[in-house]
Amino acid sequence: MPLLWASLAKIVFMVLMILLLLVVLIWAERKGSAFIQDRTGPNRAQIGGVRLAGLIHPIADVFKLLFKEDVRPTNRHEALYTLAPFIVMVVALSTYAVIPFGDYIEIGATRIPLVVADLNVGILYVLAIASLGTYGVVMAGWASNNKYSFLGGVRAGAQMVSYEIAMGLAIMGLVMIFSTLRVTEMVAGQGELLWGFLPKWGVVVQPLGFLLFITAVFAETHRNPFDLPEGESEIVAGFHLEYSSMKFALFFMAEYAHLVVSGALIAALFFGGYQIPWLPRPLLQQHAGLILPLVMGVTVLVSARFAVLFFRRARRERGKFGDARDREPILMGLNCAFAALLVLLAFGLQPWRIGPSGASLFATLIQIGAFLTKVVFFAWLFIWVRWTLPRFRYDQLMALGWKVMIPLGLANLVVTALVLALIA
Amino acid sequence: MSFKGLPEGVGDRTQSFRDAGYFWEILRGLGITMKHLVRNLRHTDEMPTMQYPEEKRVYSERFRGRHRLTQREDGSVRCVACQMCSTVCPADCIEIEAAEHPDPSIEKYPESFTIDLLRCVYCGLCEEACPCDAIRMDTGIYEIAADSREKFVVDKDFLLNNDTDGTL
Repeated sequence: MPLLWASLAKIVFMVLMILLLLVVLIWAERKGSAFIQDRTGPNRAQIGGVRLAGLIHPIADVFKLLFKEDVRPTNRHEALYTLAPFIVMVVALSTYAVIPFGDYIEIGATRIPLVVADLNVGILYVLAIASLGTYGVVMAGWASNNKYSFLGGVRAGAQMVSYEIAMGLAIMGLVMIFSTLRVTEMVAGQGELLWGFLPKWGVVVQPLGFLLFITAVFAETHRNPFDLPEGESEIVAGFHLEYSSMKFALFFMAEYAHLVVSGALIAALFFGGYQIPWLPRPLLQQHAGLILPLVMGVTVLVSARFAVLFFRRARRERGKFGDARDREPILMGLNCAFAALLVLLAFGLQPWRIGPSGASLFATLIQIGAFLTKVVFFAWLFIWVRWTLPRFRYDQLMALGWKVMIPLGLANLVVTALVLALIA
Repeated sequence: MSFKGLPEGVGDRTQSFRDAGYFWEILRGLGITMKHLVRNLRHTDEMPTMQYPEEKRVYSERFRGRHRLTQREDGSVRCVACQMCSTVCPADCIEIEAAEHPDPSIEKYPESFTIDLLRCVYCGLCEEACPCDAIRMDTGIYEIAADSREKFVVDKDFLLNNDTDGTL
């Protein structure tokens, strides 16, 4: 029974984390693309003058989309049309079930592993669910009864089928090296050191596999440069052309949920998941009394620095707008100062005398933080690439998938097998 | 391989090994976009974007904004209802109803003078055509907003009184 509650808690944590990251990613996409293109990006939506550099915009967007009219084509296939956005979103969320976001939490004597489902066929589950994602897109394209939507669905189907093979081949190298299909064991295996100094991350042992995998993941999430299913210059918006209001929002959110999950997958398989290089868990736990005050000290310094910067800005830009927005720097500065003060007061709890159970929890939290950092970096990489590269032409896409990725994947497999056989 | 009439390298479909792999060029592109991002993060104030309602672009003196009707010294309308402007108007947005002027030295005056601002293309031909400098587009107003189409059809009194802002 307690394990059931723990599982529920993990599911809630995971879904909340994805939804929160998704909001941040939508913001990062809009603001990041703006800054890359020398624009300022969203900066208008505000709550009582606080704009958070545009972070209020996703909230405003959600309210707008919730109250918008749901325009539907007359000759749609009702059941499939309604079901499609749900499938896309569910698939995006459920891949995450097998990815560990931390090592374990110790409560008394029970160890709760921080993964929703520790499947023994985890990798197969990931591949299976990823290919299910095609259904939502193809269904949306078909049920809309629109030629452009249909073309988008067809493109998505062909693209995903082609790149799934490359994706599977790229992971197989890792499966051979770690000789397991369990994602948790793979992540644990990446905590070891290679020849005593190199972290045994997937990217270190499988550099080509990593390149193939990240390319295939770009294609699977149909993000630029592989976003042909929604190539707006040719087929308007592709498969989600006929969707409006919250159904469209679901497709839109699913895209970013896919980004989070893909980032988590890349981090877990190729970048050691929650592992921090050269700082394994026992070491973290042992020196928790040293690391915790260090982390707190850095937090205090950074918060205080930000507070000073905000206060300076408040003085420099006093009366700049002549409305509630003038309060923003002061409020933000007070916020940072408050955070700094709070952490400073926490020093009164004597963090250097942390007990063994506290040290265990601290190590877990640090590892979750490391994992999230990696996830956010890779999600940002997706955004970064989108605003750098142009879209592939359809024949280029197919040529890359079939003539380059799959042969390279097979070659990678052969080389990996040879090396493993020679070592053993 | 070179092609007739094209500069060297254009139309050449053979790629070097480095270019064919895309990889280095992708990294270079990522570097360029990151350079822009970092520069704009560090010097937000130097971005070319104008924060429009707060900052406004300064236009030239000759900018053609919303029309106005000029007045004589005694405050009456300068227009003599000759219909030149409404004849020359390519958008056919000016409508004038003439009436006899009480002063015998002036033949006519406009009983009503309406401009449909939604039809107007701001070409300025009306002020070119006007023989007595009665219609001008020198107000500099370009923010014209109303909540119904009818309000965009402005009349003589509105055009004579040129101290309004953009709202109709």
